Amino acid sequence: MASSEEDGTVEEKENNNKKRTKSTLATAWLTFYNIAMTAGWLVLAIAMMRFYVQKGTHKGLYRSIARTLKFFQTFALVEVGHCAIGIVRTSVIVTGVQVCSRIFMVWFITNSIRQIQNEESVILFLVVWTVTEVTRYSYYTFKLLNHLPYFIKWARYNFFIVLYPLGVAGELLTIYAALPFVRRSGMYSMRLPNKYNVSFDYYYCLIVVMLSYIPLFPQLYFHMLRQRRKVLHGEVIVEKDD
Amino acid sequence: MDALALEATGGKKAANGVAAAAPPLPAAAPVKRKPAKKAKKAVVFFEVEILDAKTKDKLCFLDKVEPNATIGEIKSMFHKSHPQWYPARQSIRLDPKGKSLKDEDVLQHLPVGTTATFYFRDLGAQISWVTVFLTEYTGPLVIYLMFYFRVPFIYAPKYDFTTSKHWVVHLACMCHSFHYVKRLLETLFVHRFSHGTMPLRNIFKNCTYYWGFAAWMAYYINHPLYTPPIYGEQQIRLALILFLFCQIGNFSIHIALRNLRPPGSKTRKIPYPTKNPFTWIFLLVSCPNYTYELGSWLGFTLMTQCLPVAFFTLVGFIQMTVWAKGKHRSYLKEFRDYPPLRSPILPFIL
Repeated sequence: MASSEEDGTVEEKENNNKKRTKSTLATAWLTFYNIAMTAGWLVLAIAMMRFYVQKGTHKGLYRSIARTLKFFQTFALVEVGHCAIGIVRTSVIVTGVQVCSRIFMVWFITNSIRQIQNEESVILFLVVWTVTEVTRYSYYTFKLLNHLPYFIKWARYNFFIVLYPLGVAGELLTIYAALPFVRRSGMYSMRLPNKYNVSFDYYYCLIVVMLSYIPLFPQLYFHMLRQRRKVLHGEVIVEKDD
Repeated sequence: MDALALEATGGKKAANGVAAAAPPLPAAAPVKRKPAKKAKKAVVFFEVEILDAKTKDKLCFLDKVEPNATIGEIKSMFHKSHPQWYPARQSIRLDPKGKSLKDEDVLQHLPVGTTATFYFRDLGAQISWVTVFLTEYTGPLVIYLMFYFRVPFIYAPKYDFTTSKHWVVHLACMCHSFHYVKRLLETLFVHRFSHGTMPLRNIFKNCTYYWGFAAWMAYYINHPLYTPPIYGEQQIRLALILFLFCQIGNFSIHIALRNLRPPGSKTRKIPYPTKNPFTWIFLLVSCPNYTYELGSWLGFTLMTQCLPVAFFTLVGFIQMTVWAKGKHRSYLKEFRDYPPLRSPILPFIL
């Protein structure tokens, strides 16, 4: 699912000296990480534009950027670690779900089902992801450097309104296009009888994944809308606590 | 209002088995209690106001509350003025963000002045633990049997109402059914619950978990294309011994825990090994009921050699470890002399 995560503000630790050193180290690492990721996704954006300008078509575009995409998207797994050890104040589960859905798209759909790599829907979600990630990582970078230009903040909390649904559309259309190939090849599937007494049908699994977008997408979307109201308009949202 | 309210709750208190806190009266036993005549000692009545924890609105004001009134009684009084909030769904606290006060807490022993201010939070619709347990355990029992008897629309029509040719499948059905019948009987006759109720939404969550997993496991074990365990008789025999051992163990622990607590009470004591050898595990573990439960499901996994069963065992183990660690921590907090050798769920390991 198109990822637009929460604010990754570094939590200021207490007056303890040891904690202050850890905080400096954490800030240094996070700054480096966010700069690297911004750069990586910028490289992807430029490579995609270059390909299209030179070749005039989107066919073969995925193959040309596949390795870079896989590297940078997979590396995002460390963000789950950031939340787990507490240097980023976001829920581990929310981050986990978002990163995993990206990993799923990259490795289990576009990477393994070659026949759909030239679909337009792939280009759609690639463009959406690239714009989203460049905005997001540069937002975090500037925030960490305490020099946040308003337009970056504006972009991060407004682009998603259009990009998020577009990204979801791209992903769903890609999975849908992949279904017949999955069914025919029987990939990632296991049938009875076998010694583990289990069966798995990747085709039906994909259908379940597509259906899961229905409850999950609105929740994440409205969560971002609430964040937007809080950050851009300083609205105090009374959370429904439990 | 207070005296009448207390008298009204007097019956309820007795039913709950909580010691009735009768107002202190002189020894005029044959005389019926007259509301006007109070004890010879001057009794300082309390005033209780209940505010909403979030909005701080004044929801209820009770005057002339007995100093030895319990929170439970105050909840009943509050229920009278707000009938939609029955006592089980009331959370009464001293601080809006603080911990809930217990029903047994006595008003005059709380850090409040003669005008006590409490904050109220609605816990939402509640359902009793017994109801939840009975529902969530009956499901797997029935569902598994439906797969075992190969009820139509599950497997291909030619298999309807047929039986498996593997005897381990019959054994597995007996073990699974025995396990859930045991749980149902324990819920009815053995367990003594600390809390009467839990939030209503839990029943949907819990039933989905138990019923869903039961269906998933039962589908494969009772499938016409089921493959029996690789190591055959030996594997099945070992698994059965492990399963039965742990079932008896789990039952022994439940009985030992029940005996720690007099009927109708909610006291908490450190459990110790008894004459029953199955309880000697208390020397090493705080929550051996979970240890034995893990063992039972490991046995069942081994017996059926079915990956969904292994998965169910793993998920259950993770959840039980979380619970065991929590219980272990509260034991340590509550009892200074808690045996240091004990681990939460796995001896020396976890």
